[in-house]
Amino acid sequence: MNGKPRFAFGMLAFGYAFLYLPLLLVMAYSFNESRLVTVWAGFSLKWWRALLDNEAMLSAAWYSLRIAFVSATASSVLGLAAGYVLSRAPPFLGRTLFGSLVIAPMVMPEVVMGISMLLLFVGADRLFGGPGRGFVTIAIAHTTFGLAFVAVVVQARLADFDRSLEEAAMDLGATPWVTFLTVTLPLIAPAVAAGWLLAFTLSLDDLIMTQFVAGGEAQTLPMLVYSSVRLGVDPQINVLATVIVIVAAAALIVSGRLTRQRPSGQR
Amino acid sequence: MRAVIALPYLWLGLFFLLPFALVLAIALGTNAPDSVPPVELGLSLANFKLLLSDRLYLSAWLSSLRIAATATLVALLLGYPMAYAVARARPGLRPTLLMLIVLPFWTSFLIRIYAWMGLLAENGTLNQFLRWTGLVSDPGTILGTDWAVHLGIVYAYLPFMVLPLYATLEKLDTSLLEAASDLGATPLKAFLTVTLPLSLPGIAAGCLMMFIPAVGEFVIPDLLGGTRTLMIGKVLWDEFFTNSDWPLASAVAICLLVLLVAPIALVQRQQAKSLAPKS
Amino acid sequence: MSDPIVRIEGLGKRFGAVQAVDDVSLDVVRGELFALLGGSGCGKTTLLRMLAGLETPDTGRILIDGQDMTATPAHLRPVNMMFQSYALFPHMDVAANVGYGLRREGVAKAETDRRVAEALELVKLEGLGARRTAQLSGGQRQRVALARALVKRPKLLLLDEPLAALDRKLREGTRFELVRLQEQLGLTFVVVTHDQEEAMSMATRLAVMDKGRIVQTGSPFELYEHPANRFVAGFIGVANIFETGPGRWLALRPEKIALVAERPATNQTVRGLIVDIAYEGDRSLYRVATERHGTMQVSATNVTRHRDGAFQRGREVWLGWDDSAAHPLES
Repeated sequence: MNGKPRFAFGMLAFGYAFLYLPLLLVMAYSFNESRLVTVWAGFSLKWWRALLDNEAMLSAAWYSLRIAFVSATASSVLGLAAGYVLSRAPPFLGRTLFGSLVIAPMVMPEVVMGISMLLLFVGADRLFGGPGRGFVTIAIAHTTFGLAFVAVVVQARLADFDRSLEEAAMDLGATPWVTFLTVTLPLIAPAVAAGWLLAFTLSLDDLIMTQFVAGGEAQTLPMLVYSSVRLGVDPQINVLATVIVIVAAAALIVSGRLTRQRPSGQR
Repeated sequence: MRAVIALPYLWLGLFFLLPFALVLAIALGTNAPDSVPPVELGLSLANFKLLLSDRLYLSAWLSSLRIAATATLVALLLGYPMAYAVARARPGLRPTLLMLIVLPFWTSFLIRIYAWMGLLAENGTLNQFLRWTGLVSDPGTILGTDWAVHLGIVYAYLPFMVLPLYATLEKLDTSLLEAASDLGATPLKAFLTVTLPLSLPGIAAGCLMMFIPAVGEFVIPDLLGGTRTLMIGKVLWDEFFTNSDWPLASAVAICLLVLLVAPIALVQRQQAKSLAPKS
Repeated sequence: MSDPIVRIEGLGKRFGAVQAVDDVSLDVVRGELFALLGGSGCGKTTLLRMLAGLETPDTGRILIDGQDMTATPAHLRPVNMMFQSYALFPHMDVAANVGYGLRREGVAKAETDRRVAEALELVKLEGLGARRTAQLSGGQRQRVALARALVKRPKLLLLDEPLAALDRKLREGTRFELVRLQEQLGLTFVVVTHDQEEAMSMATRLAVMDKGRIVQTGSPFELYEHPANRFVAGFIGVANIFETGPGRWLALRPEKIALVAERPATNQTVRGLIVDIAYEGDRSLYRVATERHGTMQVSATNVTRHRDGAFQRGREVWLGWDDSAAHPLES
């Protein structure tokens, strides 16, 4: 085939338009004077001011951020271990099951995971009197699926990793654990960081599992947005959308930089 | 090493596997609205019988599968050329192009569906556009129909389809296409006989990664669909939260699990194969 | 053999259906430069890696300095390896790379710095400690890898195809330097290579391997002039091999044959036609078609600066050698 396939590039352009048009419209209307998000009535920042004054939104955002931070960090530790095992461990009993368990949360419908985790916590309440429903249970739920994403990222990075570096370290007297700490981990750290970012974003965004396992004490941002959206369109949501898009873009760019570094021990 | 295996294994066993056992136990129980939790444990298959025989539930199953499958197909038809274009773009441009495809995925899922609500409403942007251009004088409302749900699913899961496709297409050796061309194949023929067959693993992966979660999708039918749009995820939600019928909702979950276990295992195998050490 | 530093007994290793190393036994003498020579797939690298502790043998024993280290993991062996790809740590500078092994031993910082500087001087890289490895040339990277392996003064230094990644000119100089270093430091080297010229010029003793087995061990001289079989004779240098009876052959090296215009006075004389000449500057390799022994290869040093008209393509010539110049083979 000579030159660039025009049909494919045309579809790519269409795809971008398809993906971004809705988002751009939402962002544009966050500056709309009128309440209607379908009729443009002039430029205004009033909804931005309103959002900043919106106590409920702000505290929900703070709640979500704290949960996201905790669960992303837990996901990263567990996901690093899981990715390492999947990539390096010699065959052990239950390895296939382990592989399926790690990747299943990525594709499993959230309603299924949500209901099952809730039942677990209900059972735990009856047996141990805790943990109730709230920050801890939401964080646990988010960690469980965040783990899967980090594991996949780590596994991919390790697959590309030049193992002779680890062999050289051991040859020079480093135990397997010290080898991991001084050679492997520093070199895969960017990938782990990218995984952390991804898990963080997913946690911030999660609705369904959170609805199942949340308690009455507080709402996460998606929960608040969902109840607001069901009642109809709200310009403050548009403002929120704009903020989220900008933050997500920044996070994604950082993540891309982290995973794009070439000369760090890749084959 | 054993501790490293144990840590995630235990976590997943406790928080992922064990809960499913509980779901099964509850699914076999009966609804007891007065107790807390509203379940009476037992060994009844009544819930399952209901789900698999009642017309309403059956049509929910079928429409979920139908909608998920159709949306997956549409996403494949849109996503394949997109992945192909990125794979054939200048190497320096590819990370940026990919990033642009993935970016929507990193923004809020809810927000993106919300965006479509605005677009597809009665007075939404789409209808405004159609009326303004005079193409259609009285467009119906797409919001609240199955079409909207299809659109929403394609929109939400497109990155899940494009990324595996891209991964496979990027690895394709362009010299194979050159060889085909050298041997007399037209670009179309070369595509059909070389590129397409070699990209089948990517197609399979993309379709599975989209179809599986789409079947159990809840938010999209809830916000974009109408009262007549029946998807099984919504059924589970309604049974659990609206009707407080935990055993029935659990049974739905179990049925979904059983339905999806084989595809999930396939995804795991694909994943393992694609990341096997290259020697 | 008195007090070998390495004794390998009946070592075997299988990968799936392939027996990579098959019942190998050999000794390495203290202070020698021992080469494992063979084509790809002969098992030499697997053998080396088992010595390093990076692969576990299925059968057999490895004794290093009298101690059975067959099951000892790599990080506990007094053995260091220079990897074919050098395996320099990209996230550390040169000095940190070279000092890595010392830090693992718990050597104090001052002492580590001193020994690192010493090692860098030894490989002629003094002053480059602060460079990042990505900024070095291929030859420099190799020296860093060498310094890193040497700085711990291991009982045994293993080198995996040390010259393979270098270009021709650099190869010869480096070959010389490796031998010099080995002698100067009094270490024992085991070198794996597929290049027989390299093995012959560097090694005190070498072993030729084929299909996981050792075919012959000995000094370069022994292997060249007294090959054990046709495989070794053909693998090392060039040889004319002809059958003299059922199950008996003779190996005759090209430089042992006189190429003359008139019938020579040697035991064996053969007439032939020069079919091809490979001119290599210092010498030429002639392919001569003969009736008795097919095409024979004869090499002659170009002693004068003039072209000899008698020895051009298509010319008839006489080949002569004494019986003692040929080596009898029975396999």
